[in-house]
Amino acid sequence: MSAMTDSDKTEKRVPRRNFLEAALLTGITAAADPFTAFGSSGVAPSGEKVQLLSVTGEVIEVDKAFLKEVPESVVTNEEARRGMPGKKFVMVIDLSHCHNLKKCQAACNKAHFVHEHQNWIKVYPMQEGEHEAPYWQPTTCMHCDEPPCVKVCPVDATFKRQDGIVLIDNERCIGCRFCMAACPYSTRVFNWEKPEARPELENVPYSPETSCPPKMGTVSKCDFCPDMTRKGELPHCVSACPNGVFYFGDMNEDVVTNGSETVRFSDLIKDRSGYRLMEDLGTKPSVYYLPPVERLFPFEDGLKDKASKP
Amino acid sequence: MITAIFRLTNVQWRTPLTRISEIIAVAAIIFAAIGIIIDMGRPDRLWHLFVYSRLQSPIIWDVIVITTYLVLSVLFLYFPLLPDLPMLIKSKEANPKDFTGKLYRFLGSFWRGKDDQRKYSETAIRIISVMIIPVALSIHTVTSWLFATTYRPGWDSTNFGAYFVSGAFLVGAGGVVIAMYVFRRAYHLEEYITDKHFDNMGKVLVMLALLYLYFNLNEYLVPAFKMKKAEEHHLKSLFTGEYAMLFWSVIVLGMIVPVIVLMFKKGRRPLPMFIMGILVVVGAWYKRFLIVTPTLLSPFLPMYDVPESYTNYHPTLAEWAITFSTLSGALLVITFFVRYFPIIPIHETIEEKEAILNPKS
Repeated sequence: MSAMTDSDKTEKRVPRRNFLEAALLTGITAAADPFTAFGSSGVAPSGEKVQLLSVTGEVIEVDKAFLKEVPESVVTNEEARRGMPGKKFVMVIDLSHCHNLKKCQAACNKAHFVHEHQNWIKVYPMQEGEHEAPYWQPTTCMHCDEPPCVKVCPVDATFKRQDGIVLIDNERCIGCRFCMAACPYSTRVFNWEKPEARPELENVPYSPETSCPPKMGTVSKCDFCPDMTRKGELPHCVSACPNGVFYFGDMNEDVVTNGSETVRFSDLIKDRSGYRLMEDLGTKPSVYYLPPVERLFPFEDGLKDKASKP
Repeated sequence: MITAIFRLTNVQWRTPLTRISEIIAVAAIIFAAIGIIIDMGRPDRLWHLFVYSRLQSPIIWDVIVITTYLVLSVLFLYFPLLPDLPMLIKSKEANPKDFTGKLYRFLGSFWRGKDDQRKYSETAIRIISVMIIPVALSIHTVTSWLFATTYRPGWDSTNFGAYFVSGAFLVGAGGVVIAMYVFRRAYHLEEYITDKHFDNMGKVLVMLALLYLYFNLNEYLVPAFKMKKAEEHHLKSLFTGEYAMLFWSVIVLGMIVPVIVLMFKKGRRPLPMFIMGILVVVGAWYKRFLIVTPTLLSPFLPMYDVPESYTNYHPTLAEWAITFSTLSGALLVITFFVRYFPIIPIHETIEEKEAILNPKS
């Protein structure tokens, strides 16, 4: 979490890792085939030298032309299934700040190439009883600790990771949709149609962590953006919300942030009476809600926004 | 399953009905399995079920019981057929190149009808009739658990296993009645499938329909008494809302009317029996529709900001096509079987007639 809150540190850390990976890769190529690697590989030396840190800790100088680019996402399926050690991701949704702007939804749909009407984030107008006060309730996947969807999956295509995230492996999913029936939060959507061919998705290897490219005939849902978290960044919905509705963080570090404000998770829940949805079902969600008290906006604001949209 | 119960309880009038009910069972289970595969999002990944299977998923339980039931049902059809095969082979002796002759020889040329063979066959049939009952019960129970293991209103019920089993009994018996009527007319089997058989099956249908009504009462009256918030939307859509017409038609025409008609001796004659059988089977199909659809339209969180088409359900052309093709596929299997094999067990019937003529042996 510190990596996420301290932006200076993040910027330093990421290039350093890439730098080491590049060094490691050249080291391996050189060791495996010291002569052909430089001789008949077809790459002409450019004359421009780069300094690298070798595996043994020495600084070496290599011609730039011999360096190969390391793909940005190199998370294997096994790693994606295991999750990030020592983490327990949580989200806190502040209902007093939401007025159905749906910036979260738009950012999420754009980042994950979500098909229209199959939103992973939904914003519900809630009014439990006739004389109760209506409020707007955004829902993501609850990333339950007792996930009913994982219980029923026949092929281990949806799974619970050690960091608390529930993911889907769309390359394993058989499309039986039992998980959709099992989920009481209506979180999951089915990819009925063949996803549009998008140039930015060409040659992108599928990963359960990015849920991209989408696969027809399989089930999708909010994934808590583990690819962003790995980079030390916040999920798209969190950074897209202008009202700071979404807090995201690590329960083990007891810290959550909505991008502008970083607070103790336990204090936030205690001070503002946080709760979880459908606690009686025993699903133990990882998403907490702060009740819609002392609201920033009246409920009707959300209706207006919707009406004024093209 | 019906065959097995008949055999185990040694119902005397069962013989002409056993093969009819067994071929219905085999054809239905084959196309039930195919139907599930067609409805998968990725049928090309069917093999994942075997490579990555997780025993905790009720879908895997379904895979296990369906395959077990299929194997047992095929054997249950095949073993009692063995003593008939030598007669069939003989009937085709004149033309050795005939395809059906080859088929009969392939299936039954090893059958000599000697005592040891008969003993093995009889033991096997007895073992299968015992085994097939728990397996058939689990097929319908596991199917019900696919629903009941979720939280959804209308599915989250401990009544579901018994409810589905009794429903399956009823529709199974209804299907047998329809087949009895059709085969009797088409093959002029009045001598073997008698009015007495219809009369008895009519009584069975009454009992099964009453049983199913009882489970329906449990299924709807108890939650309706409490009217929990999550159930309310679902129950109201059935009782007075969008599905009220269909719901009450199924209860009245698919259950109550058959019970009333079949209580009378006149109602248990072949033609009214046939009509009641159709009512039961069609009612049962719509009943399945009513179990699945209204629940899916009653989620915990309200449906909001979705296209209008998401808020109601009308089967698409493709869905009707799948429904009718699996149904006609099953009927085709039954038709082919009846075309090439005797629908009335010949050997068992002869034995029975002999036993009546010489009661001592």
